[in-house]
Amino acid sequence: MSVPIRLQPDETFILNVGPQHPATHGVLRVKMEMDGEYIVSAETVIGYIHRMHEKMGEIKTYPQFYMNLSRMDYLGALGYSHGHVLLIEKAAGIEVPERAEYIRAITVELNRIASHLFWFGAFVMDLGGFSPLMYALQDREYILDMLERITGSRLTYSYYRFGGLYNDIDDQFIESVKKFIPRMRKSLKKYHKLVTGNIIFRKRLEGNAILSKETCRKYGASSAVARGSGINYDVRRNEPYSVYPEFNFDIPVYHECDSMARYKVRMDEIEQSLRIIEQGIAKLPDGPIMPKKAPKIIKPPKGDYYQAVETARGNFGIRLVSDGTKNPYRLKLRSPTYSNMHLFDETCTGLLIMDALAFMGSLDLVIPEIDR
Amino acid sequence: MELTLLNVVIAVTIAIGFAALNAAYLVWAERRGAGRIQNRPGPNINGPLGLLQPPLDGIKLMAKQLIIPGGADKALFIAAPVLAMAPAIVSFVTLPFSDTIIAHNLNIGVLAIFAFASLGGISLLFAGWSSRNKYAVMSSVRAVSQAIAYEIPMLVTVITVVLITGTMNLMEIVEAQKGGIWNWYFFPFTSGLYNPLMTMSFLIFFICALAETNRAPFDLGEAESELVAGFHTEYGSMGFGLFFMGEYANIVIGSCLTTLLFLGGWDAPLPVLSFIPGVVWFLIKIYLIIATIIWIRWTFPRTTIYGLLNLSWKILIPLSLFNLLLTAGLLKVV
Amino acid sequence: MSNELVFSAIALLGIAFIVPLLMIVTGVLGPRVGGKAKNEAYESGIQHVIGLADQKFSVKFYLVAILFLIFDIEAVFMYPWAVALRELGWFGFIEMVVFMLLLLAGLIYILKKGVLNWR
Repeated sequence: MSVPIRLQPDETFILNVGPQHPATHGVLRVKMEMDGEYIVSAETVIGYIHRMHEKMGEIKTYPQFYMNLSRMDYLGALGYSHGHVLLIEKAAGIEVPERAEYIRAITVELNRIASHLFWFGAFVMDLGGFSPLMYALQDREYILDMLERITGSRLTYSYYRFGGLYNDIDDQFIESVKKFIPRMRKSLKKYHKLVTGNIIFRKRLEGNAILSKETCRKYGASSAVARGSGINYDVRRNEPYSVYPEFNFDIPVYHECDSMARYKVRMDEIEQSLRIIEQGIAKLPDGPIMPKKAPKIIKPPKGDYYQAVETARGNFGIRLVSDGTKNPYRLKLRSPTYSNMHLFDETCTGLLIMDALAFMGSLDLVIPEIDR
Repeated sequence: MELTLLNVVIAVTIAIGFAALNAAYLVWAERRGAGRIQNRPGPNINGPLGLLQPPLDGIKLMAKQLIIPGGADKALFIAAPVLAMAPAIVSFVTLPFSDTIIAHNLNIGVLAIFAFASLGGISLLFAGWSSRNKYAVMSSVRAVSQAIAYEIPMLVTVITVVLITGTMNLMEIVEAQKGGIWNWYFFPFTSGLYNPLMTMSFLIFFICALAETNRAPFDLGEAESELVAGFHTEYGSMGFGLFFMGEYANIVIGSCLTTLLFLGGWDAPLPVLSFIPGVVWFLIKIYLIIATIIWIRWTFPRTTIYGLLNLSWKILIPLSLFNLLLTAGLLKVV
Repeated sequence: MSNELVFSAIALLGIAFIVPLLMIVTGVLGPRVGGKAKNEAYESGIQHVIGLADQKFSVKFYLVAILFLIFDIEAVFMYPWAVALRELGWFGFIEMVVFMLLLLAGLIYILKKGVLNWR
């Protein structure tokens, strides 16, 4: 049955998955040529939610553009803000107090856990299991409540400032984080029992959509997609920034290259993020959260600057070409899901539609982040 | 019982009433159960414990427009939901609820119910094909291949029970299991027939019942993450409502059959407890099975289509055939 | 005509009226608003759909349907045998063993042919 047969054009049909389809988690469109249940070829069509963030970056001043970053990826917004503030601080030469950097790391990691939890729930829902989503959302809700208290918002944060933070954290926040860590570890155990060990789940994911190291490198994949294929690359470790060198954490890497490996990487990352938060809370220094002389108007000197950060989706790079005025000359956003998504077209040829959509779930796509 | 017109009308009315009530309130039970499993309240606004939710949903569905897509085959499109619901209700007429409560005692009760049940597969095919929607077509082909794959092990397993009892009358099958939990057919040491594989037969039948009613983890026909809503993508209003009720009516039939064939029907688990009326035991048993089905749905992810077909063709069919031969051999020896 | 047939006929008729009645009531009660976009079949919100849904559909995956016919008919043959086994004696049993071995041979042949290899 699996022998490839040359198909007549009228034996296949075109199926549109998206833009309004439950599997794509947004307005991604995948045009699939189908032979019954098998995919002959697929083409991802993007741009349904293009908002010209890069152009906005050019016409707005630096502080004005700052809040656009958290609108790119609504699930892990703090990571993107972090990249932007780090870049501007590097470009304009602003000193950041150590306490601010620690708080940034703690909040970014909390946000990463929230994002992974949502992905976990949505991924299992793609496979037809609904309950884990509800459990994951309850844990995520706890994180959002904590972050709301100190940042003032739940989803699209504008918490960081060039040089520091908008608001200091208090004892109540630290208490709730300390309560959260054991709670999350307990939940993780529950998820592994409920989902990871489930025979249906394992049978569907093991060996599904093998991505070779070469394919990942060719498309510039990052995050769990690359690490599930045995590429030991994490920006926090390979191009250290902020206070990450101070922390002791592992980069989970799996060599199976299938959807299960990608799933395991993300679940292990939650545990590693918990470790970082634990150490961050323990090492948190006293001091100011904003530098004494933060510039009112930001005018980075002429030049070319680049900053990469590891967000929940992967390697997010932001490049700034400054001409010395208060608007950037060019601002390029390298979004990780954009690279990860393009793996889909090549890999899903010959797969069943069920397996292809399970694979799509394992890529952790956030559409506004692809389209920018 | 004298077969007068009045008797027939009363019996049919009761059967329809039971089917409709069960179908409606299982939706409520499923949503409440899902809520309990997922740490949320579920429907609790309309009436005490949200008990008015099903009738209100029904009224809402009736007040919606019955949209027929432009390219659709109108006659088939309208016939499909009726065909999904009607056979399910007819099956109730032949189901015994206790040694006295039965609308009509058919000699070939088992066969009649399976005959009606296989009409359900046709309704899915009608719905998918007449909608002229690619998702619906894919879903209906899937649903049919699933229904036929699981019909064989189910039928063969039922033959095993028919073999032991020597009858196809559901009342007599239950009578053969009388006398406490150790006589029920799900139990390995049953009715003087020491067939160690009967528990497996029971499990095969239960799995097939799940698959035949398109329930999770075998709900491939309505796999919402790839086929949107499957065969009923184009249905709104009461068309959707009938599919929905038909599904739940089928679940009730599936659990009734499981109870009758393997769990001793209305027989009390211990002879001491037989002062409680049989119909109470019967209802307890079927609702326990339904609760299990709901529990499974909210716990497991969906299988794949090849996993599903492999399970049936490579495991269940050989196993059930083997068990049939073993039972026949044991019957001859003992 | 036997009682059972009369009964089943009446039951079927009763139900054949009641269930469609629900559909008819909905048709009467519900609004009737038309429109080109509203009557279009859903395909993820795409306006210019390529291809129709009633065109050729590859059934490679569903070859099992043909196998089903064979097995299902065999199963139907087994019912009268099951009811009458006690009277048939050893002869009936051996007959059925041979019959089932043939069935199993068919299943094994199918397995070897790879009809049931999907992935």
